[in-house]
Amino acid sequence: MTGLYEEIREEPAADVPVRRVSITVNGAKRTADVEPRLLLAHLLRQGFTLTGTHVGCDTTNCGACTVLLDGQPVKSCTMLAVQADGHEVTTVEGLAGPSELHPIQEGFSDEHGLQCGFCTPGMMLAAKALLETNPDPTEDEVRWALSGNLCRCTGYQNIVKSILWAARKLQSQAGT
Amino acid sequence: MTQARDEIKIGGLGASRKRVEDNRFVRGKGRYVDDIVLPGMLHMEILRSPLAHARITSIDVSKAWQIPGVRLVLTGDMMAARNLAWMPTLSYDTQAVLATDKVRFQGQEVACVVADDPYIAKDACEAIVVEYEPLPVIVNPAQAVAEGAPVIRDDKENQPDNVVFTWEVGDKAGTDRAFAQADVVSTLDLHYPRSHPSPLECCGSIADFDRSTSKLTVYMTTQAPHIIRAAVALVAELPEHMIRIVSPDLGGGFGNKVPVYPGYVASILASILLERPVKWIEDKTGNLISTGFGRDIYLRGEMALRNDGKILGVRMYTDSDHGAFFSDAQPSKFKIGLLHSAFSCYDIPVAHLVNRGVYTNKAPGGVAYRCSFRVTEAMYFQERMVQAAADDLGMDQAEFRRRNFVRDDDFPHRTPWGFLTDSGQYGKCLDVGLEAIGYQDFLTEKEEARKQGRLLGIGISTMTEPLGAGNSREYDILGIKMFDSAELRVHITGKAILRTGAKSQGQGHETTWAQIVAHELGIPAEDITVEEGDTDTAPFGMGTYASRSTPVAGAAVSMVARKVRAKARKLAAHLLEVSEEDIEWELGRFYVRSAPDHGVTIQECAIAAYSNMPDGMEPGLENVAYYDPPNLTWPFGCYIATVEVDPQTGVWDVLRVVAVDDCGVRINPMIVEGQIMGGLTEAYAMANMQFITFDAQGNCVGSNYMDYLLPTAWETPGYELHEVVTPSPHHPIGAKGVGECATVGGPAAFVNAVMDAIRDTGVRNIDMPLLPDRVYEALTKRHDVSGAPPVRTDDE
Ligand code: FES
Ligand code: FES
Repeated sequence: MTGLYEEIREEPAADVPVRRVSITVNGAKRTADVEPRLLLAHLLRQGFTLTGTHVGCDTTNCGACTVLLDGQPVKSCTMLAVQADGHEVTTVEGLAGPSELHPIQEGFSDEHGLQCGFCTPGMMLAAKALLETNPDPTEDEVRWALSGNLCRCTGYQNIVKSILWAARKLQSQAGT
Repeated sequence: MTQARDEIKIGGLGASRKRVEDNRFVRGKGRYVDDIVLPGMLHMEILRSPLAHARITSIDVSKAWQIPGVRLVLTGDMMAARNLAWMPTLSYDTQAVLATDKVRFQGQEVACVVADDPYIAKDACEAIVVEYEPLPVIVNPAQAVAEGAPVIRDDKENQPDNVVFTWEVGDKAGTDRAFAQADVVSTLDLHYPRSHPSPLECCGSIADFDRSTSKLTVYMTTQAPHIIRAAVALVAELPEHMIRIVSPDLGGGFGNKVPVYPGYVASILASILLERPVKWIEDKTGNLISTGFGRDIYLRGEMALRNDGKILGVRMYTDSDHGAFFSDAQPSKFKIGLLHSAFSCYDIPVAHLVNRGVYTNKAPGGVAYRCSFRVTEAMYFQERMVQAAADDLGMDQAEFRRRNFVRDDDFPHRTPWGFLTDSGQYGKCLDVGLEAIGYQDFLTEKEEARKQGRLLGIGISTMTEPLGAGNSREYDILGIKMFDSAELRVHITGKAILRTGAKSQGQGHETTWAQIVAHELGIPAEDITVEEGDTDTAPFGMGTYASRSTPVAGAAVSMVARKVRAKARKLAAHLLEVSEEDIEWELGRFYVRSAPDHGVTIQECAIAAYSNMPDGMEPGLENVAYYDPPNLTWPFGCYIATVEVDPQTGVWDVLRVVAVDDCGVRINPMIVEGQIMGGLTEAYAMANMQFITFDAQGNCVGSNYMDYLLPTAWETPGYELHEVVTPSPHHPIGAKGVGECATVGGPAAFVNAVMDAIRDTGVRNIDMPLLPDRVYEALTKRHDVSGAPPVRTDDE
């Protein structure tokens, strides 16, 4: 409970088991009591109101819910919140501060890498994980790294260009 | 000398301006329906039918009510008590909201639960016990019209069989005469399979009824908020001024978010009954098995040909499968949409088309999936028939097209089925495409490869399509004429807000509409806010689908800006102390003709409109325009694909894709190219993998993303884009629709390429998608491969 009060329901509360989890989300430690069956995506979206993580399917196929768990891309719709206990999660809201953009975000805007924007947070986080291990990827390597993320609008060509744009910018920032 | 603003610098027409909406999307700050949380909000889930055709014998909801946190359980009987068990569709049919008598397709809505959270609501849905008595199932038109077929719509009076309508256009006798004179008659049987638009975001709504004000606010995933407002007024019998529909950011639409779905209606009723906001967010399976499908038409096509390659006449006999309810949005005059726009780019003397629509035990279908009302099927049929005809004549496929194209000096051109095409340079587009792909060289390479047992193929698809319904004489939905609107308010400091009746789902209207205003008024695009989707503030419009935004709403934006400019001119005359006739306009500025240095900017006119207007002039600088287009716009596309088929497996790889699009004047070339690449990907998907089919029991095969295959970045080929510009002669800025051209024209290019590669087998057709097993069957058995349901499934 984080508000000033918590209403006590008149009807008997369901016999629901609850587990306490602590997750470091975008650098800040968040603690919550959750049902064991609660999906990480739903905790992030409804519990922590980080609605940039989207849900686009029920079968772990679309990647709209992709977040980074200790730096690795995971599908937060396929992970229980309790499994993330004690881990670090990065969502799209954690990519950059309020005033500046991360080069990947700039790249998507510059190369028209999004249309409706629904797949975009997941795409960007998959891209972040790629560029951290492979700062100078080929087009094929980018396409392969994105193969767990669906986009219905762009046809991918501009998404690939966006990520290559970001790779160049990150490399020039790093002075290589 | 001129002081006009540099149009590209101010983000006007032709500027590849970066999108303003991206700033929120890349930060994860888009606001989609599921992101909205209202105080006291409850959550609704839907229980769906597992069977495709069955009588409901009983529904027991008692266990659902016992689950703590359940607030409401809705069944068909409860809806019926409020006269809401059925609702009218956008095509003058009726559709069940929650089933009462029987279920008519797998996935049909049977009951709804509203609870404190969606997990509880889902649990409660599983606790509902429904007993069904199975009925015989119909999954294709042949079964639907067979002798003794069960009548699916026994709820309707005067519906003795499963035929929804029969629709006919053209000159039957004249066409018969043309066929009698033909040297060669080319025939082809095709099926355009059922597919689903499948935007990444599913459908959903939050209904919020406030008893104290009697106002109903619905946040929902709709491409056409004003049509929905009218529909809600009719269905829920609420006064229209007490209904506010808000369509926030949409995670794609592609036609899926045009119809009215039972979930919307149930969430509205639940909110009225509970007096609390009720959110319904569909899951992907619900979206894929129950909401607006596209396509599903069978063709018998015939072409009468002269030996020199001239097309003398065309016949198209088609059967369309509409599922259990005829609920797609089509202009009411044209039952099968604009299917009769087929062959519009060819000079054809006479033609005849008959379509029969049937009910089947499948989800209601036939929405305009990234297409201007069935033109996708029209152009696929056309371009497959054209290739078969060229083959039958032994003529080169490019040359055959060129010989039959409508000539550049022959516009406006009346098609045999009554359209008036507006403009085009078809031969030039084809030349650009052939040049880009290196046509002659590829033909040589193909012959060389064949000697080594490799199968290369090249496919061409050329088409013009009608985009931007209507004019209001011919186009209406439920009697509402298909115009569109824009409202522009210029503030005192020369900044502005623009609202339209369209609704972006990723097309970037916030960016491009401002560019049109910048073009007309010289106000920098960055000084203009664009708002859409809220029926309390936006002027009435028919929404965004069928590539109609730029042709209709975009034209309205131009026209409203011109109205504002006309008033600004009066203000300028007042400020410059000359008469209006002595004033000239250049971008962003009025000046005195005889003294060009003496002028005022549009921003100075705006200040004057609020602070220094001439005597007798109404203050303010704003206006509204309703635009009723004189005709549709007719863009042209030429798509060429080269492929290699593996004879061992039937797998085919795309080698290259060249697209030449002529969509008239491009407002924002970057966005246009984005639309074309997205469209090409859907074309590739249709040709290669993306379809939804059914087994004999009516089970939907393709009810989730594991079975409904969509291409990822890995499979999707790269694209080479080219352009030709033929401005529309009647659109205010010469623009034409473009959003779906590649989806419409593209599939035939890929299929034609594969058919070209396996031409030696003598096989005339493989139905889409060209799955490896289908191609392999054609290669080895040397017969045509049909894709019509029912399909065999693993359990059989
Ligand atoms: S929502 Fe997680 S993969 Fe689709
Ligand atoms: S931008 Fe719409 S799904 Fe990717």
